[in-house]
Amino acid sequence: MRRYSIWSLLRNARSYHEGWPEMWRSPEPKPEYDVVIIGAGGHGLATAYYLAKEHGVTNVAVVEKGWLGGGNVARNTTIVRSNYLSPESAFLYDKAMELWPGLSRELNYNVMFSPRGLINVGHSREDMIELRRRVRALQLNGIESSMLTTAEIAKKAPILDCSPTASNPVLGGSWQAKAGIARHDAVAWGYARAADARGVDMLQNCEVTGIRREGGRVTGVETARGTIRARKVAIVTAGHSGVVAAMAGFRLPLTAYTMQAFVSEPMKPILDTVVMSSKLVSVSQSDKGELVIGMSTEPYASYSQRGSLPEVERAAQTMTELYPCTRRLRMLRKWGGTVDVPVDASPIMGKTPVENLFINVGWGTGGFKSIPGSGFVFAHTIATGEPHPLVAPFGLDRFASGRLISEHGATGALVHGE
Amino acid sequence: MLLINCPWCGPRDEIEFNCGGEAHIARPADPAALSDAEWAEYLFMRKNLKGLHYERWHHSYGCRQWFNAARDTVTHEIHATYKMGETPPVVAGADGIVKGSSS
Repeated sequence: MRRYSIWSLLRNARSYHEGWPEMWRSPEPKPEYDVVIIGAGGHGLATAYYLAKEHGVTNVAVVEKGWLGGGNVARNTTIVRSNYLSPESAFLYDKAMELWPGLSRELNYNVMFSPRGLINVGHSREDMIELRRRVRALQLNGIESSMLTTAEIAKKAPILDCSPTASNPVLGGSWQAKAGIARHDAVAWGYARAADARGVDMLQNCEVTGIRREGGRVTGVETARGTIRARKVAIVTAGHSGVVAAMAGFRLPLTAYTMQAFVSEPMKPILDTVVMSSKLVSVSQSDKGELVIGMSTEPYASYSQRGSLPEVERAAQTMTELYPCTRRLRMLRKWGGTVDVPVDASPIMGKTPVENLFINVGWGTGGFKSIPGSGFVFAHTIATGEPHPLVAPFGLDRFASGRLISEHGATGALVHGE
Repeated sequence: MLLINCPWCGPRDEIEFNCGGEAHIARPADPAALSDAEWAEYLFMRKNLKGLHYERWHHSYGCRQWFNAARDTVTHEIHATYKMGETPPVVAGADGIVKGSSS
């Protein structure tokens, strides 16, 4: 890997930037790998990187049906935070939070991590009770978070309508200073480049069509580019987790929904923090000046990767109520991603009914922020064959034991009829 | 925008409805005899199909009746809606047909 620095920038400037090498190779699949990771999204690439770096496992392939980083890692609203309620989630998400500040240096790739703080706004008495409960739970777990008054919110986010006559009155909120945003594509590319440099093969346009098993043990995967044998296989998909799990003969306690987002035309800086609300999932302003607006999950199962109009209408209406100055703002584009939401809105990580087949799925609406931590602890799980202490509570066995980790309050997933 | 044909009220806009997830999950005949893992299968595990999906819908802002729909989870096309207790319709050219009795 040729390192990026001011010197390499100057050197390449002399040749009109035509001499930069490709960030990763596009190798032909080898017949056999120690570990095959299904899914070259943020979590899969981070897992591959930490497998190589922390555990010296470099005979690894990441197989991807489309192109690298083209799924949910490219479709999220780039928010990074660690404000989950239960101790299990609090520590898991905080592991990622611990790695974010050093990530650009670690990967020699600028992920543009910007810890600009995050406000969760409460619009009702119930919202405020829930926010206070979550802040106190975080404080008990030693994770930084505090409450804000309406006046403090008005100062941090002046474009938010904090007047007493607002349709959605701002009664107060919670605050996390270390939260923020990062450049989502750069996270995928940075991990891919760093993993490639350590010998990991990125196999794009290589859809997995079957999972080979012998006597209850995984032996490889069938792909669009032929059969690949593997000692260990890890399912690190988003959205299609249920489809891939079915190839290995088991079901998962989750449902795939569409989640939408849209961005406005760019404008001068008007919001220097991230604002989340129970009415509209999230708003932040990108470095280009666009407002990035995240919506809730759609109310029915879907793999369509495009959102429905009622949700756009609802979100646009709420947006103009909360931020009256955006009424004449034009929207540049909107898109949808498929999120797999488990019944308790917490990820599923660890072993599966098939030996040597590992799983890291169900990040639902909150996968992006957890990429570094998830990759770190899941790599440990694959390398040692036993769940990392932070992963252990998130196993598939929790649905039989009844130790569910309910995090519906911390995510953008609506609680549906089921 | 989906136009959903409520078996009781006729075609109505999707915003009048709520989806209740996978249909035709039979409650175990003898719940007391189930192991924890079997309970988890019944309570939590879902087919989560890509393609034809039989699911329950509720006409929440209409007649408030529950009914079933055969809907494609990729195209969102609704092939059929039918009342609770009726046999799920066979959709030509689609796989994942539910066998057995209704719920």
